[in-house]
Amino acid sequence: MSELHSTVSPDELPAVHTRPGREVAVDLVGVHKWYGEFHVLKDINLRVHRGERIVICGPSGSGKSTMIRCINRLEEHQQGSIIVDGIELTNDLKRIDEIRREVGMCFQHFNLFPHLTILENLTLAPIWVRKMPKKDADELAMHFLRKVKIPEQANKYPGQLSGGQQQRVAIARALCMKPKIMLFDEPTSALDPEMVKEVLETMVSLAEEGMTMLCVTHEMGFARQVANRVIFMDAGQIIEMNEPEAFFSNPQHERTKLFLSQILH
Amino acid sequence: MSMTFDDGTFIRNEMAPVLPPPKLRIGPVAWMRENLFSGIFNTLLTLLGILLVISVVPPFVRFMFIDAVWTGENREACLGPDVGACWPFIHAKFGQLIYGFYPISERWRVDIVFALGAVLLVPLLVPSLPFKRTGSLLFFVVYPVVAFVLLTGGNINASAFLLERFGLIRPFVGDAQLGGINLAFWVDFGLTTLLFMAAIGGFIALLGGNGRSAARTTLFVFLALGAVIFCWDADVGLSYVETRQWGGLLVTLVIAVTGIVASLPLGILLALGRRSQMPVVRLLSVIFIEFWRGVPLITVLFFATYMLPLFLPQGTNPDALLRALVGVALFSAAYMAEVVRGGLQAIPKGQYEGAMAVGLTWSQMMRLIVLPQALTLVIPGIVNSFISLFKDTTLVLIVSIFDFLGQLRAAFTDPNWATPVTLYTGFAFAGVVYFFFCFGMSRYSLFVERRLNTSHRH
Ligand SMILES: Nc1ncnc2c1ncn2[C@@H]1O[C@H](COP(=O)(O)OP(=O)(O)O)[C@@H](O)[C@H]1O
Ligand SMILES: [Mg+2]
Repeated sequence: MSELHSTVSPDELPAVHTRPGREVAVDLVGVHKWYGEFHVLKDINLRVHRGERIVICGPSGSGKSTMIRCINRLEEHQQGSIIVDGIELTNDLKRIDEIRREVGMCFQHFNLFPHLTILENLTLAPIWVRKMPKKDADELAMHFLRKVKIPEQANKYPGQLSGGQQQRVAIARALCMKPKIMLFDEPTSALDPEMVKEVLETMVSLAEEGMTMLCVTHEMGFARQVANRVIFMDAGQIIEMNEPEAFFSNPQHERTKLFLSQILH
Repeated sequence: MSMTFDDGTFIRNEMAPVLPPPKLRIGPVAWMRENLFSGIFNTLLTLLGILLVISVVPPFVRFMFIDAVWTGENREACLGPDVGACWPFIHAKFGQLIYGFYPISERWRVDIVFALGAVLLVPLLVPSLPFKRTGSLLFFVVYPVVAFVLLTGGNINASAFLLERFGLIRPFVGDAQLGGINLAFWVDFGLTTLLFMAAIGGFIALLGGNGRSAARTTLFVFLALGAVIFCWDADVGLSYVETRQWGGLLVTLVIAVTGIVASLPLGILLALGRRSQMPVVRLLSVIFIEFWRGVPLITVLFFATYMLPLFLPQGTNPDALLRALVGVALFSAAYMAEVVRGGLQAIPKGQYEGAMAVGLTWSQMMRLIVLPQALTLVIPGIVNSFISLFKDTTLVLIVSIFDFLGQLRAAFTDPNWATPVTLYTGFAFAGVVYFFFCFGMSRYSLFVERRLNTSHRH
């Protein structure tokens, strides 16, 4: 499992000090999900406050992706309730659209639109979903491209960028919708080691601004620096949840210990 | 700078210099050696190719140009021994091949339609020219309306839309005319519009969608339809030319262009329907596609021409060309749907997820993300369908519509031009004309493909 090693050590990253608020941003209550016969999520309970940063780890196939994809309805849950920013997820398409506007997501494989330039990738949703004039959208996009430090790539196509640059574009694309919550599904695990840092730095700066973040990652250095809570999942359940310090130094559950010994050893 | 590689460790202490790339070998001899005679098999193929060219090209050139007869009034000119193509025959029949039996005094109308089509199409095909949106609006919306009026003469005397066909309007409104416009028709049209708005809006609302916006969309569709009918109904002072008089290249192009322009959007809708989450939509799309793919085009045309009138209510007797047109369009739409579906299937799931995650609605996702990529992928398949449609138009011959080839065959029967080479000349000419269109489409698609490839892949 050597690829699960933390590629960036904690002291390379600046510590993040912002404190979460008391408002609830995401609330999962007794969530269950099945793929056919397969019970993939079992009784998930998780309350995330505004400004809180959650890191989710666990072995492959434990349901981490499925869980965070339920939050913006890329997957449908079958039991329990998910409330995002005060709106409960149901089959109502309007609500789903409303929630997706407020929740940004970054994927392992970036999922940029290859037929559009970087700038067009970023302005697409503001123009079509937020009905922003093109000029304003361009300005907004350039603002976020500067923020992820690649404004000079604006007119290239995604295929011409490195993996790290593409992932930063993907983050900027999500930010252009001014989301209240950001979801990350293993944003660095498809990247070459030297590119992991640039993406993590972008995520840290996001955290410093007080963004609510749910992040599936095995970058334990990142978890230590940024997370308010770390969650360990296995076999579709949340096994252990704790503040990072306690989570890493004193894991309680046998499976957590085993998992941590495998990835940190 | 000697280096040893035989012991396991190595540290470079002198950087290797940057050298220019090797010179490309140029010159015809080097090229030939590399491409034509690089091995025994390749050499054999080359020789075989040369043999083929020698045996085909000179006789062809001799027939088409050297031995060809260029002037003459009738068959006498082309009767001699060893005579090649009889071009006076084509010259004499040229009008017929282009216009069919379209009245000679009215042929300028067809010329305008051809010229207008070319003028509007070219700016659309050249990617660097601006005003694509206006251009497509002109070509796909305004042009068909204008072309219809020019070709038929307009003034369609619209008298019944839908309700009147069941005798529901005239008894109440009578046959009032208002400045050449039939009042009953427009009352019928207005009521039908309201009826459809209510039905579609209600249905969508029942399904949990936005009924109001569905009704509004319906209204817009009917308003557009009304505008078109109004234009077609207006008396612009052109004489009426019934479609039975049309023929030749005119008919070929009308069928091909309508088929092409109608089959792509229809095919896209069907492909989306076939991949829809909604079982009813999916089932209907599958049935439609498989039905049309299951019957030969000839059967479709026969059915449309000879059997459809038996099923339609009395008095409605749509034009024969129109029926063939609809048949061809639906037939090719089914094939197009399968081509487009192939493209849709090649789009990775991540693209859908990326689009959904930024909040695009389903239709935005399809229009802006999925379809542009899917259609780019299947350009060769799409153009393939266009080309085969273009050639299949000639099947309308069997329902007595005389397209280009039909006119040509009619011309063969003229005893004035009965010579041994008439047939060959005619088919050679037809071959050249069809080749011009089909090869043009094929080259254009290659050009588009390359352009799209260089812009966003590497
Ligand atoms: N679309 C699907 N259909 C059926 N099973 C699935 C599907 N997606 C994921 N699974 C299964 O659900 C489990 C959890 O998957 P996932 O949430 O992707 O795990 P993780 O992200 O933790 O690696 C895995 O066993 C996977 O095989
Ligand atoms: Mg995963």
